[in-house]
Amino acid sequence: MKNKILMSGNEAIAEGAIKAGCRFYAGYPITPQNELIAYMSSRMPEVKGVFIQAESELAAINMVYGASAAGVRAMTSSSSPGVSLKQEGISYIAGAELPAVIVNVMRGGPGLGNIAPAQSDYFQATRGGGHGDYRSIVIAPSAVQEAFDLMFLGFGLADKYRNPVIVLTDGMLGQMMEPIKVASCKFQVSSKKPWALTGCAGRKPNIVKSFFLAEGALEIANLKLQEKYKTIQEKEQRFEGLFLDDANIILVAYGSMARVAKGAVGALRRNGKKVGLIRPITLWPFPSKVFKSICQRNKKSKVLVIEMSYGQMIEDVLLSVNGKLPVEFIGKSGGGIPSEEDIINKIKLL
Amino acid sequence: MEKIYRRPESLYDTSTHYCPGCGHSTVHKIIAEVVDELGIRKKVIGIAPVGCAVVAYNYWNFDCSEAAHGRALAVATAIKRVRPNNIVFTYQGDGDLAAIGTNETIHAANRGENLTVIFINNAIYGMTGGQMAPTTLLNQKTATTPLGRDAKFQGYPLKISEMLAVLPAVKYIERVSLQSVPETIKAKKAIKQAFINQVDGVGFSLVEVLSPCPTYWGMNPVDSLKWIKDVMAKEFPLGRIK
Ligand SMILES: Cc1ncc(C[n+]2csc(CCOP(=O)(O)OP(=O)(O)O)c2C)c(N)n1
Ligand code: SF4
Repeated sequence: MKNKILMSGNEAIAEGAIKAGCRFYAGYPITPQNELIAYMSSRMPEVKGVFIQAESELAAINMVYGASAAGVRAMTSSSSPGVSLKQEGISYIAGAELPAVIVNVMRGGPGLGNIAPAQSDYFQATRGGGHGDYRSIVIAPSAVQEAFDLMFLGFGLADKYRNPVIVLTDGMLGQMMEPIKVASCKFQVSSKKPWALTGCAGRKPNIVKSFFLAEGALEIANLKLQEKYKTIQEKEQRFEGLFLDDANIILVAYGSMARVAKGAVGALRRNGKKVGLIRPITLWPFPSKVFKSICQRNKKSKVLVIEMSYGQMIEDVLLSVNGKLPVEFIGKSGGGIPSEEDIINKIKLL
Repeated sequence: MEKIYRRPESLYDTSTHYCPGCGHSTVHKIIAEVVDELGIRKKVIGIAPVGCAVVAYNYWNFDCSEAAHGRALAVATAIKRVRPNNIVFTYQGDGDLAAIGTNETIHAANRGENLTVIFINNAIYGMTGGQMAPTTLLNQKTATTPLGRDAKFQGYPLKISEMLAVLPAVKYIERVSLQSVPETIKAKKAIKQAFINQVDGVGFSLVEVLSPCPTYWGMNPVDSLKWIKDVMAKEFPLGRIK
């Protein structure tokens, strides 16, 4: 374990963000992401960044809007009820085409719910969540090391596409500790931001806005956004596949849930069962291409979706499979997590 | 011939979308003049509100951002923190600053952010059609107080400037009015001071401007100015508050 340090998922996300060049963080406490805001409060000043404990999630996301408008890599984090409050700001960030990273360490809902891990904000993250026709890029780590590494991707994609990126994780991964290697950024994008607000010396004034009142102007702006989303869908699908070549039962799970699913795959494989796994890493864009190829190749296979919710990602799986393969589901939420045994028992019935 | 008055460089040569007699256009011009006079145009970043002044950046020839309704001071806080050498100001109506954005207002002030805030108090929501604002006067009729504001049901006009003045981190607050030429000249002086404070690193400065909304007050522009002087300025006394 040489060169490795023990970190919680929340801390790894924070350190990953800093290594990825994040120099502005604003947040508001909520369990189970409190380690993240505390970590940022001590680390940000060390790297000459700005840390603000905001008065609310609304203020925090709008501070991120401001810092990003001024050309700085900016991030906020929260957990489910807090992310609901951030939706207004995320919509504005998408509308103004600003890069930003928003971390959701999900807990049980709806309402105040509880502080147990859950995956029930999938719809909110992948469908826009706030008002208007927009999309956030959504990435879902499933290990502490990956949580660290994906922050480079998160900030890189945010800058590349000038779009909000949501890191969707949950209380289990946020709080669990694993030894990780802390490296620096691999995902390079141009750091030039000619659109940023820096004062208009030597150029025409820049305006950051999402307001298009003139007839037809909003339609033009929205069509441009849709073009961007199409490009992202085409180019940025990411997933991890296990044993897909010969699998006739394909599990689909993301984040913490994928760790349990992997355990089940291992156990079943040892018993000679041809089970595989698709673990989406980007939830939007959803890795639909791999499902299309599975439909062509593994024509007799069955798909089993497992979520810490009562069925949200399954809709994307159904859309991707498009009726060509049967799709089954196991889900729990509100504190419950489907176990390896639950998965194995379900597979016996398939 | 010597030109002694000209359009400031910070103000675009364009026609206005504001109603005749509206105070917004006057204050836009004052800000442009002050920015020119202080020579800070290339460093200024303005934050436009949601309200009738939502497109303020159509008039100002410098960098601007929009903010969601009420969130201008959160946006401004971050911009100033990451770019301390820029001059950052917010321009906000009473609905924006004193209703939906009260939280952001109080906390940016309490943190003592080195910002300049121009607060347009026209005692009404203009853009959405003349509904009651927190600053609407008692007995004032609006779209949502058809019988006039009644303290029993809608409370009293909110005195944001006096409330903020009790915060130790707040450095400068002045209430001014556009009711007459001499008062408008004082308004410009106060706005200039609020910018100078930021240049000098003094801290949070706010100028509240009593400003006419002839359209939704249901008055002509001249009567609107008289109403500010006779009625509004009695409820919201002019002068330096802090
Ligand atoms: C979240 C949100 N709520 C409500 C509105 C609608 N809205 C637009 S402007 C406005 C009131 C503006 O009043 P004020 O700030 O006093 O500015 P004025 O128009 O009088 O200059 C409201 C309620 C909005 N745009 N966003
Ligand atoms: S509605 Fe009132 S505040 Fe708005 S532009 Fe007209 S006069 Fe000005």
